[in-house]
Formats: sequence, C-alpha cells, structure tokens
Amino acid sequence: MSAGASSRSRLAHTHLTGAAPAERVDFGRRVLVLRRWKVAVRVEWRSVTVCAGLALAVACMAVLALMTGSYQLSPGQVVSALTGGETGLVHDVVVEWRLPRVAAAVVFGAALGVSGAVFQSILRNPLADPSVIGFSQGSYTGALIVILVVNGTYQQLVGGALLGGMATAVAVYALAYRRGVQGFRLIIAGIGVSAMLGSLNTWLILKADLDQAMSAAAWGAGSLNGVAWNQVIIGGVCIAALLLVAGMLSRPMRQLELGDEAAASQGVRVSPARLGLVVVGVALTATVTAASGPIAFISLVAPQIARRLARTGGITFAPAAFVGALLCLAADYIAQHVAPTPLPVGIITVMLGGGYLGWLLFTEARRRL
Amino acid sequence: MNTHTRLHVQSATIGYDRRVISRDLSVAIPDESFTVIVGPNACGKSTLLRGLSRLLKPSTGQVVLDGADIHSFKTKEVARRVGLLPQTSIAPDGITVADLVARGRYPHQGFMRQWTEADEQAVARAMDQTTVSDLSSRLVDELSGGQRQRVWVAMALAQHADILLLDEPTTFLDIAHQIELLELFSDLNRAGHTLVAVLHDLNQAARYGSHLIAMKDGQVVAEGTPDQVVNAELVEEVFGLRCLVVSDPVAGTPQVVPLGRGEPGRSSRPTGTEVET
Repeated sequence: MSAGASSRSRLAHTHLTGAAPAERVDFGRRVLVLRRWKVAVRVEWRSVTVCAGLALAVACMAVLALMTGSYQLSPGQVVSALTGGETGLVHDVVVEWRLPRVAAAVVFGAALGVSGAVFQSILRNPLADPSVIGFSQGSYTGALIVILVVNGTYQQLVGGALLGGMATAVAVYALAYRRGVQGFRLIIAGIGVSAMLGSLNTWLILKADLDQAMSAAAWGAGSLNGVAWNQVIIGGVCIAALLLVAGMLSRPMRQLELGDEAAASQGVRVSPARLGLVVVGVALTATVTAASGPIAFISLVAPQIARRLARTGGITFAPAAFVGALLCLAADYIAQHVAPTPLPVGIITVMLGGGYLGWLLFTEARRRL
Repeated sequence: MNTHTRLHVQSATIGYDRRVISRDLSVAIPDESFTVIVGPNACGKSTLLRGLSRLLKPSTGQVVLDGADIHSFKTKEVARRVGLLPQTSIAPDGITVADLVARGRYPHQGFMRQWTEADEQAVARAMDQTTVSDLSSRLVDELSGGQRQRVWVAMALAQHADILLLDEPTTFLDIAHQIELLELFSDLNRAGHTLVAVLHDLNQAARYGSHLIAMKDGQVVAEGTPDQVVNAELVEEVFGLRCLVVSDPVAGTPQVVPLGRGEPGRSSRPTGTEVET
C-alpha cells in the first residue's frame, strides 16, 4: 500500500480502540470501528448520521402530530405533557388521545419498513414486499369471509385476517418449495395465488350488501383510527421481539444476497436462514395488520428510500426502520389533518407508493439509457 | 504422487433428487495440489465440486474432510476449511470492493464480533494477494469482468480456508484475463493453498494444474499429472475429439491440437488456390 493510500485510509477511519491499528482497509466510505470488551463492530458513518437525522425527524413529526387537532397545543405544552408536567385536559389530549396513535404510527411504520427490507433482500428485488408472498390478499380474503359469511365481531375479523394471511403465505411458500425455496419461484407462486385471491375478494364484495361492503372497504384501507394503548403495547412488544430476531438474522441475510452457493460455502445454513427471514417478515406485517388493517406500500418504499439515503451496499435494517416510521407518521398526519376530510392512512400511503413507483421507473429507465 | 489428502470422496452417489450423476465415485484431492477437473459438458465435474463443497449431500457413501464426514461438521467449521468460488455470484447493489471482500469473513464472525483486528488483516491481505487493494473503495458494479473475478477470489481468500474450490473461474473472461487469473491461482497454490478447479480448456488445465482428474459420464476416467493424463487416446476417449498432443513450446506441458476434419500430417486448411477470390 502506498503512503498516500494509507494516510487516506487512516483518515477515513475513526477507531475507538486504544492500540494503533496495524493495517487499515479503505472501504471507500468513512467507517466507525468499535472494538472494546467482547464487541467488535464496524458501521458506516453515513448510516449512523442518516439514522440519527431520521430519528430527529421522527421526533419532530411526532411533536407536530401531538400538537395538531381540534384542540391546538404548543410544542412546550406537548413536551411538558410528555414529561409529566401537565395535568387535566392537556395531559389527557396528549397522552391518552393522541400519543397512542402517534406511537402506533412510529412502531408499525418501523415494522413495515423492516418487513419490506427482509423481502427485498431475500428476493433480490426492489419491488418486493410482504404482498409478494400473498399475505395482503390472503388477509383481506380472511377478513371478508368473517364480515360477509360469519358477520363476526372486530376481534373475529382480525383473527380471520391473520389466519387468511398466514395460510396464504404458507401455501405460497409450499408451492414455491423445491429443494429449498428460490426467490424467483416464490415471486411466481405469490403472483399466481394473489391473483386468484384478488378475484375471489372482488366476487365476495360483489355478493355483499352495501353495509358489509363498506365496513370491509374501511378495514381494507388500513387506518390508525381508534388505536388504543393496549393495541400499541401488545403490538409493540411483539414487534420489538421480532425486530430482535430480524437483527440476529441480518448477517446471514446479507450473505444470502451474494447468492445461495456463495452463502452456503461461507457457512450460512441457507434454507433455515431463509425460512426464518420469511417468517419474521410475515409476522411483522401480520402484527401491524392485526392492529390497524393493511397499510400498503410502506414496506415497499421504505427500504429503497433508506438505501438511497444511507448508500449502503445491499439492504440494511436500521435505516429502513427509521424511514418506515417517518413515512407512516407523516402519512397519518396528512390523512388526519391535511386532507380535506380525514382519510384512512392506507389511502395516503398508497398515493405515496404510486408516486414512488413512478419515480423509480423513471430513474431506472433514465439510468439504462 | 502425494498420497496425503484432507478431502476425498468415498464411493459416493451424488446427484439431484432422483437424477443420479455419479455412482460409486471415489476420488481424492492431493494436499497442496492444483487439481483440475476436466471433461465434456454434463460429465459431472461441477456436481463433484458441489459434493466436495458440501452443497450436495451424497445419497450413499460420503465426502471425507480431515478424517470425518463433511456433513458431520458445523457449516461454519467447513467454511473455515473449504472455500468455494461459485460459477455465478451476485454483488449487492452499491457495494464497494472492500465491503464485498469483508463478507468472506462470515465464518469467523459472530453477532458481537463482526469486525476484529484479524478480520481487517485478512481482508487487507486477501486484497493484496489478488492485487485489488487499489480498487478497495470502488463500487463492484463499476469494475471490469477480470477485476470483478479477482475481487470474488479475494472474498474466498479472506475466508482463510486452506482448500479452495473454483467452479469454472475463467468462463466469462477474455484470454488475457483467463491467463492472469490462472497465474494468480498458481501463485496461491505455491503459497500453500490446495486448489480444485473445474476448467474447460485442456491446454490451460495441463499447463497450470499439477494433478488432473478426467471425468466422463459421472466417472473418473484417468487421474495423475498432466503428462500422465493428457494423451491423444484419452482425449479421444473422454471428449470424442481426435487430436495431436504436442509439447507446449513455453512450459513443456502437453498441449492438445485438434485434428478437426483434416488427416494427421495434412493441413485441414484450404490450400492457397482454393482461397483465391
């Protein structure tokens, strides 16, 4: 290594270790290396700063959402309510009425972002999301059957949606299975099954009377209306556990991006790792669906926006989670306060997703020319 | 011949699902050799390599690594001893060379220990050996085919496995880059690596390999040094190609000259009068 190159690479590293490093690798990006105690990790500076910036944006957006409503509050009132400095009406408005919804948007958005990252990584496709495996259509079918056939309660509807989504995901996975599951087979099986369920859903809605069709449509749009603390807490605990598992699977996932043979030869147990990732990805989306109905497109958009912001090689979870949280929060704010009449958040995310798709196609097409 | 072997196949049946490729196959990889597997298309070369790398499990018999069934090891333990350069690999979007080479350290890492001093040294050394250090900050997508293949070799080297399996490593390269890569493999072999490569070009196999395994219909037809293996009868038997074997004027290794439709001793090219236009 030449003197120039080594001095440059030394500049490009920040080491939190005591000893002078023997040899430095130039990653072309500023990296932060932490080697203390039993820990030895390397992260890119840009990822750290992007995540910190996104976290700050989420916090600001949350405060804005907590301020806004028919009873307007100042940022000071919101902060003091959050830190326990307020009682009475201000406390009730912030902590009891608005905070559950804001917390739900953040937690569910993060879950959707990571869920999308999982599917885009294992399918090596920027247009992949949990709907690829049929979960969305399947859960809608489940919900419709509960509404139309059983005429069930909301709890039954949630149960039906989860059952439908899970059953569809298992069916797609089984159809795609042949000596392990290849991404391409999964996509083909998912498209086929989703198309069939889509027509079944249309038929079910056509058979329904107006009231039933309306309530089915309302659920199907996905909304954070009426999300209460107990849903946020139960959902949050599930999501936290799933994110932990996702974090543990993130290293095998990154190896799988190199191709199955390369990953296997480097010591990844390919089939169990991929199955675990599919289960975590579906479970994250299922948790959100159970609490709020399907919120479309965040899982599709968040990982790609995150990758472009953080400029990481391949897919990484943390930026995708923060982008997902910010998008969901912003979409819910728009749905509640900016739209002329309050809308379900799912409508706004679908519009965002459509714009994103157009932009992606546009830039990809321009790059190929 | 070197009789020591850390990796060998013991009367194994290897194939996919119900399609058997090799039945009762036994073959040993001599330690510190540059073994080259040759044979016509669909003769089971790559299948053998997949068996040796643990990607395929034999339905009967076994692949033995360091005295034990390769499938009795933990996957990461095998990966620390046997590396593989697959025929096709995928570079994730936007990944830099150093980042990709660092992925080769996976079998040495854990959840808490993802980038130790040893990892850093191994990556730096692997890039140095493959002369891609100067490219380390570049995006893999921007590299030429030859550079990219050297980066994949660096990733396999960073894995620190003594035995390296190479599945048609030169296939997508032009002739100059093929030779460059084969010279690199020669250097690695001299530095102590045991290499097993599947190659299509017999002349390259004879020139760079120290031990050749010729396969046909899933069976080993001949093995030994290039001088022992490469002769006109064997080439005709294995490839169905009539040829002349001459001595490579540079390296002195056997070189195959196809006869084509011409007779031995007579040029098959059109004569001067026939090419007039």
